[in-house]
Amino acid sequence: MKSAARIAREVQSGETTATAELEASFAAISRRNGELNVFLHVDQEGARDQAAHIDARVARGEPVGALAGVPIAIKDNLCQIGVPTTCSSKILEGWRPPYNATVIDRLALAGAVCVGKTNLDEFAMGSSTENSAFGPTRNPLDPSRVPGGSSGGSAAAVAADMTPIALGSDTGGSIRQPAALCGIVGVKPTYGLVSRYGLIAFASSLDQVGPLAKTVLDSALLLEAIAGHDPRDSTSLPEPSPSLVAHVEDGVAGLRVALVHELVEGADPEVLEAVERATAALADAGATVVQLSIPEIRLALSAYYLIAPAEASSNLARFDGVRYGLRVDAKNVTAMMEATRTAGFGAEVKRRIMLGTYALSAGYYDAYYGQALKVRTHMIDAFARAYREADLLIGATTPSVAFAFGEKTTNPMAMYLSDVFTIPTNLAGEAAVSVPFGTGEGGLPIGVQLLGPGRSEARLLAAARVLEIADGRP
Amino acid sequence: MAPPLRREDVAHVARLARLTLSEAELDMFTEQLGQVLEHANDMSALALDDVVATAHPFGLTNVVREDVVTASLERARVLEMAPDAQDGRFAVPQIMGDAP
Amino acid sequence: MSLPHGWEMVVGLEVHTELQTATKMFCGCANAFGAVPNTSVCPVCLGLPGALPVLNERAIDLAMAIGMALHSTISPSTFHRKNYFYPDMPKDFQISQYDLPINAGGYLDLPDSTRVTIERAHLEEDTGKSTHLGGSGRIHGADRSLVDYNRSGVPLVEIVSGPDIRSSTQARLYASELRAILVATGASDGRMEEGSMRIDANVSVRHADEPFGTRCEIKNLNSLRSLQRAIDYEALRQVELLEGGGRVRQETRHWDENLGATSTMRTKEEAEDYRYFREPDLVDLAPDIAWQDRVRAGLPPMPAERRATLSARLVGANDAQLDALEVVIDLGLDPFVHHAIDAGVDPGLALARGANELAAGLEDIARLNRDAFSATLLMEQRGELSSTQAKTVLGELLAHGGEPGTVAAAKGFEQLSADTLGTTVAELLAQFPSEWERYRDGDEKLAQFFIGQVMRITNGQANGKAVVAELRARR
Repeated sequence: MKSAARIAREVQSGETTATAELEASFAAISRRNGELNVFLHVDQEGARDQAAHIDARVARGEPVGALAGVPIAIKDNLCQIGVPTTCSSKILEGWRPPYNATVIDRLALAGAVCVGKTNLDEFAMGSSTENSAFGPTRNPLDPSRVPGGSSGGSAAAVAADMTPIALGSDTGGSIRQPAALCGIVGVKPTYGLVSRYGLIAFASSLDQVGPLAKTVLDSALLLEAIAGHDPRDSTSLPEPSPSLVAHVEDGVAGLRVALVHELVEGADPEVLEAVERATAALADAGATVVQLSIPEIRLALSAYYLIAPAEASSNLARFDGVRYGLRVDAKNVTAMMEATRTAGFGAEVKRRIMLGTYALSAGYYDAYYGQALKVRTHMIDAFARAYREADLLIGATTPSVAFAFGEKTTNPMAMYLSDVFTIPTNLAGEAAVSVPFGTGEGGLPIGVQLLGPGRSEARLLAAARVLEIADGRP
Repeated sequence: MAPPLRREDVAHVARLARLTLSEAELDMFTEQLGQVLEHANDMSALALDDVVATAHPFGLTNVVREDVVTASLERARVLEMAPDAQDGRFAVPQIMGDAP
Repeated sequence: MSLPHGWEMVVGLEVHTELQTATKMFCGCANAFGAVPNTSVCPVCLGLPGALPVLNERAIDLAMAIGMALHSTISPSTFHRKNYFYPDMPKDFQISQYDLPINAGGYLDLPDSTRVTIERAHLEEDTGKSTHLGGSGRIHGADRSLVDYNRSGVPLVEIVSGPDIRSSTQARLYASELRAILVATGASDGRMEEGSMRIDANVSVRHADEPFGTRCEIKNLNSLRSLQRAIDYEALRQVELLEGGGRVRQETRHWDENLGATSTMRTKEEAEDYRYFREPDLVDLAPDIAWQDRVRAGLPPMPAERRATLSARLVGANDAQLDALEVVIDLGLDPFVHHAIDAGVDPGLALARGANELAAGLEDIARLNRDAFSATLLMEQRGELSSTQAKTVLGELLAHGGEPGTVAAAKGFEQLSADTLGTTVAELLAQFPSEWERYRDGDEKLAQFFIGQVMRITNGQANGKAVVAELRARR
């Protein structure tokens, strides 16, 4: 499939049309969606209208945006007017939002064509997309394995060449981990860089919307289109979208890169080896390499699995059967709410709601939630110290390549542990990229993770581009 | 270090969260949540009394909007979402008690 | 009411007031009381998935104005989520300030010079409104309820007093003084009957000088009368319980206006676990000095100061006038009274017309300018309008606006010319010679008889004082 950059260029020049590219995308979807379960909903009518609109503008010689005519897949936790938005949960089945997420408006402005909504772990809680109420998504590279999660559908859409780019959301690794497992690029932007307005919240202080793409350049294009201040999100950073595309080829000469011990600790040998080779590639490109230990990272998992569920328990309270979505009737309103929530939420969502409710409840707040917030501060300070010694950190995205279905579903703690390398960035509110680098067991891709301080996306993408070239994708 | 999670704690939390759990689910959740909380005990070893809790990673303050009216949603669109509506309002079964 | 000998009540009040902003606390929907149900709602105030709150700057201005009027310290503050399930609350949590309120501490001096401490005055959002179907229309016994979210997200300030109030009369005084302050700051319209100001009362009793007793909280008192009655009932209930050897249970109680009694809503054991935590969708609020100064500069004089200013112009006022003064101050009508006095109107007359006619037409006060008020009263004072006519003219000005002279003319309130009055009086004297004789002999009561006759003949267009002057001239 053509890259987003190429499609936009060809649509702008008239070499191709948005409609032709969209039909190619639809064709790819119909070839493999039955097997892979990537899209929960394909918005044929809306997408065709949008493509025709772009083509008409081009025909009239009117300006079109940087993503003109580029088909894009949208994770189904982003609100789009009139398009079913489920969060892969029965509790929202059939709900059509009356408003657009800010990122959806920005995509329209950039000329992108939203082809449909992709599968995810219910309410973005999971690391394999096995927690979807509408069935798991399969990894396009090996359908017997998971695509990762929670943005598994979006990662699979790109990996299966259904769309060149996709939007995901990352609360503890939900963009980077599936990107790694599906062999594509995924960016978790700095907290506040991309508006969360219209992103159905999992954990508000950790959630960020970000790009998934085949190439680093396409990631930069997409991130640039959706980033920048949004007055509807109080946590949105006050500055306009950064310049990223212009810096993709900046290289890493003169940058200090630290290989962080705790970001490869416990990873499979083949993953460790890929990270070491990637580090060497950066050194070859002119970076100075150091080794660093950040022991605080070991506490990230514990803090995360209290903070995220605590926020989620409150964010998901609104699904009570009163205003929208599922209602299971009962004799009084309390019983109705309880019946609705019991029938509407899957086991993992219930598990996290319970965990979060417990962590916030009287008598336990200080020991759990309060302590977790302090650990978070502790972690932010630790990263700040690390960034005095290095411009970028490098490590693994995941401990292993894509795992098989059912391998971790019986033991939630084992599943949670697969997020160990990605969670620290979310807690710190900083930026990170996962870029494919080499392959492991069964030829499956390995993701290398680059981490930077807040607002370091341009530097991260330039370094990811160096690895992309070194891995044989010039 | 916090006390170990008991089955009755899980039952209490389920009531707070408006979830009904079967006996089997109660057992399962008690064990699974217990594991996560036990793992979390690695944090309690840390002396963080002087550390200020972080609820937001950047120090943004005073984010406000002007007091200017913007468009509301159309009522038909609002009520179309409702599982049950009557007389232009959202309908719910009997409410058992006053709001707290 | 007073408690049995030796007992003292201890009362603290929590007053919730809706703020008079154009829009809601966290979204741009109109803050519109009484609009068609569910028309002033959007993704934010309906709690739709994905929607996010953004603070209304004006709500913060008004909250600070309240704090300044109550001598609070304006403080860096945060917002929390108070989690509980209730159908009129769209997110199933309420955004409220918790451990760090915008206004910390303060006090309010009552007209009886008691100082009531203010613990805090914090911002929070209102809930939607439920209507109950079936049963008696009340929540208990209803089979179904309907929810309107127009009120959901309307900004509220909750003002929490210390336990410094010692009688129901004092509680009432506190509430009415606070209401006057809220009206003065422009923060609230103070209309308890419309629910824009609601009060919870914490009541306990003790023997004087003993430690505080166990308290009960009475929720949602929505008139000053209910407040006073509920506190009296509750304090007496607790005294009787204790004297009978019982114990007061800490609980939340409901006041039934018809029964004139409180009843248990929820015991302490049943209290919700609200699981407060910082609202991650909002950032800290820390108004800087420049922002605070801007709000302070816009603050009008407060009721205590205005009360002193106005009463200085009413030397030797009687009790009725002192009551009228309270009404005028409470309702913020004193600028009209001052304007009239400045224009030469007798202070007593200005106060009476302010406390009666203006107070009755408070809803329409925006239509009346101060010049028109003063001009009407001057016409009355000069005898160009009878008092009945002056009241009618004020009513007309409030209802439709306009200019007093034009309104009086349109109503046919032409001043009776001196000639006409003279002729009328002359005719009457001829008609009632014996009454005239008695009046001439000094029976002043008969002046009223002649006034009545003149009014009858002129359809009320004459001025009583002018009639008396005419009679005196002929005596």
